[in-house]
Amino acid sequence: MSAQAGAGRFRARGGKIDWNTVFLEGRALIAFVLIIVIFASLSDHYLTTTNLISMTRHVAFNAVLALGMLLVILHGGIDLSVGSTVGLSGVVAGSLLQGLDLSLLDIVAYPAVWVVVVVSVAVGALAGYVNGVMVTRFRVAPFVATLGMMYMARGAALLIADGRTFPQLQGEPELGNTGFSVIGNGRLLGIPMGVWIMIGVAVVVAILLTRTPFGRWLYSIGGNQRAAELSGVPVNRVVRSVYVISGMCAALVGLILASELTAATPQTGQMYELNAIAAVVIGGAALSGGRGTVRGTLIGAFVIGFLTDGLVIVGVSEFWQMVITGAVIVAAVALDQFQQRLNRTRSGSGRSGPGEAAAKQPADDKAAASAASGV
Amino acid sequence: MVSAQVSAPPSTDVVLRATGITKRYGGVEALKGVDFEIRSGRVTTLFGENGAGKSTLMKIVSGVERPTSGALELDGEPIRFASSDDALDHGIAIIHQELNLAPNLSVRDNIFLGRELLTPFGSVDFAAEDKVVRELMERLEEDLDPAVKVADLRLGQQQIVEIAGALAADARVLIMDEPTSALSANEVEVLFKVIEDLKSEGVAIVYISHHLEEALHVTDRAVVFRDGELVAEAEAADIDLGWVVEKMVGAADEEVFADLAPNPGEAVLEVEGLVVADPQAPERNVVDHVSLRVRAGEVVCLYGLMGAGRTELMEAVAGRMPVVSGKVSLEGEDIGRLNVRDRIDRGLGLVPEDRQRDGLVPQLSVGRNISLASIGDFMRGIFLSGRIEDRRIDEGLAKTRVKTSSPKAPIGSLSGGNQQKAVISKMLLTEPTVLLLDEPTRGIDVGARAEIYSLLAQQAQQGLGVLYVTSEIGEAINGSNRLIVMHKGRLVAEFDPREVDRHTVMAASGENADLADESAQNQMGASQ
Repeated sequence: MSAQAGAGRFRARGGKIDWNTVFLEGRALIAFVLIIVIFASLSDHYLTTTNLISMTRHVAFNAVLALGMLLVILHGGIDLSVGSTVGLSGVVAGSLLQGLDLSLLDIVAYPAVWVVVVVSVAVGALAGYVNGVMVTRFRVAPFVATLGMMYMARGAALLIADGRTFPQLQGEPELGNTGFSVIGNGRLLGIPMGVWIMIGVAVVVAILLTRTPFGRWLYSIGGNQRAAELSGVPVNRVVRSVYVISGMCAALVGLILASELTAATPQTGQMYELNAIAAVVIGGAALSGGRGTVRGTLIGAFVIGFLTDGLVIVGVSEFWQMVITGAVIVAAVALDQFQQRLNRTRSGSGRSGPGEAAAKQPADDKAAASAASGV
Repeated sequence: MVSAQVSAPPSTDVVLRATGITKRYGGVEALKGVDFEIRSGRVTTLFGENGAGKSTLMKIVSGVERPTSGALELDGEPIRFASSDDALDHGIAIIHQELNLAPNLSVRDNIFLGRELLTPFGSVDFAAEDKVVRELMERLEEDLDPAVKVADLRLGQQQIVEIAGALAADARVLIMDEPTSALSANEVEVLFKVIEDLKSEGVAIVYISHHLEEALHVTDRAVVFRDGELVAEAEAADIDLGWVVEKMVGAADEEVFADLAPNPGEAVLEVEGLVVADPQAPERNVVDHVSLRVRAGEVVCLYGLMGAGRTELMEAVAGRMPVVSGKVSLEGEDIGRLNVRDRIDRGLGLVPEDRQRDGLVPQLSVGRNISLASIGDFMRGIFLSGRIEDRRIDEGLAKTRVKTSSPKAPIGSLSGGNQQKAVISKMLLTEPTVLLLDEPTRGIDVGARAEIYSLLAQQAQQGLGVLYVTSEIGEAINGSNRLIVMHKGRLVAEFDPREVDRHTVMAASGENADLADESAQNQMGASQ
């Protein structure tokens, strides 16, 4: 049930609102509201429109990465390479905007901005595709495959940039490559482009998950890959796609960042993968796969973003910020486990043969094993 | 028939008495005021369908769960078990239905897990443990090295390790919940000998098995549960299998499987010279030049023992396992190069042996499990149509008569039989020409068994070709139009089930017929 993003989940039975469920399932949202209330009372500046927009703009980076990460986590994998891909795609964009030196033809090409965008996103997709092939064809554990890609993409970024920063990416009118800075600095209806991109990605991923066979296949692979395979689910294709999408999301973030700063640094994006994972996990997804929603992931990204910015605004030291963020992540997951146990005792007992209740969660092997040894 | 238990046990004192036990899970009453006794030196067998309350009662007696109301008495003294460890300290051990072993540890480490023998210095005394394990293995007539990893054992041997662990605890009350599900006929016999030994030492044994003949064979006293109530008890000497089945289902039910009206049409599935290598030992063929055909409207049974290569054959035909050589055709078209998905699209689906492992996605609802294999058909444009999907799910549920509170209920809330029907329903929604079923009735109760076979017969009448695997002789003979016997990777015999008796079939499969002899006259009342 938790895998379903459908509405009405707070009124599981007979239309009556179950407050326990509201409290548990809505815990990320409650945390979010709490964060806003606390910081609003501590700082007059916190709830101003300018600050809300600026914080949301920060959230957007992490949210776009987290939405890609959500797909990967739903299949039961993890993508550690997204931070490096952010750096790589930014550097690719930077190098193209600085001019492509085609020494054979003795010219320097200045591709149009849309070409730059397409090529950068394609680079992200390629990194993701390699991850996907490693996982599906060569059976490398996702953690290891993407760990390798994390190093390789970062190395590639440093090689392309020769360790330096590409400055001044606003382009020149006579070269016909202006407009890159719009991605990070432009606004539509007063809202930054980055936020619009986040909304766009969220809508696309939500539709993908709830309204297409792809989404159902992904949930089933994360839930029980063997059953999915035997039901004719194209497991390898779905898993590969998921890494490709994650790589593309990372490339988008790389573009937004490079555009915002009108500069591309190969070191950009370090540790971003961990923030993305944290957002997905706070949003209620299971690292073992098969459970997680777009809504939860967005809330998770907002919790982290609004918390971090709030701590900055009220002047909490950077060191304490880390401690507090870490505590929030662990608390969120601890609550999640508590809820899972509750669900299991509610639904697992009774009608099914008692022996089967324990066998029901093959995916949660660790939890099941510890429960079994306690028995 | 029920012999062997004539020898009088040394004492028949009540060791453990449960009075007025009620257990409620949410709104469901799993046990409704049960009074129950366990006597020393006796085997008490619990009969009942899935969900009748037998396993729940055993969980309460062994301290795994606490009753909602009611009391336990041990040797006449009231007692409450805080945990299963607590119960074990009082001499009550349980062998669980599902194996509770750590596959990465050795046989020895598993047997002594949590109760390690220690040297005076506080380190584990491996030598002493090894000695005990060797004695236990001698007793169980199983040649197992204490140092070998459990993961390297076959399922039956793992079950032996589980049993050895309970024996090592020197329990006064030993509860065995489905102890023989993975054992070979020989191993079952050894286990029965061990049970006799334990009885003569005064150990009280509680036995639960879906294998009714076997359970009746070993028991002294039969207790039947239905819907959370203890409905009947009797001395084993006074009853027969018909009595047990009657009490279990509530009414004597002679004609359980539907009539098979054979009107076979064209051959729809043809397998020629199929060879499948053992994934663990590639030089050995688990399926050895097998050829068979299934015609439209025909229900074919593939009978054989565990390990005869039945599952491998099914998985190879379904496209799940690689094939060394041979040909698989569906409606005359060679499908040998297609993957599982394409074979499903062409009309060939498999209902796997282990529904928890291969059949169900625990996170998805009943409805979404059922629609999983055919979800590509429920599209409106590029999007899924919830309406079409819901309608097809309702059709699927109705067709297989899955009992569920709602299509949105978690799949885990269904009983085993209904889960199995859901898996079958999932494959039927793909509109197959041929349906393969591997042990379709494993671990489900008598009522659901009959329903599944009548469903298959009904589908066959509409032209579906069915090939199912079973190791239950009654189900082999009563469920099929044609019976093929598999032994050590080869098809060794073919019978018309209306004209063959059990002995002939079992002999062809290479089964040790000793056990079968006794119950032959007494064959599963349910399947007759």
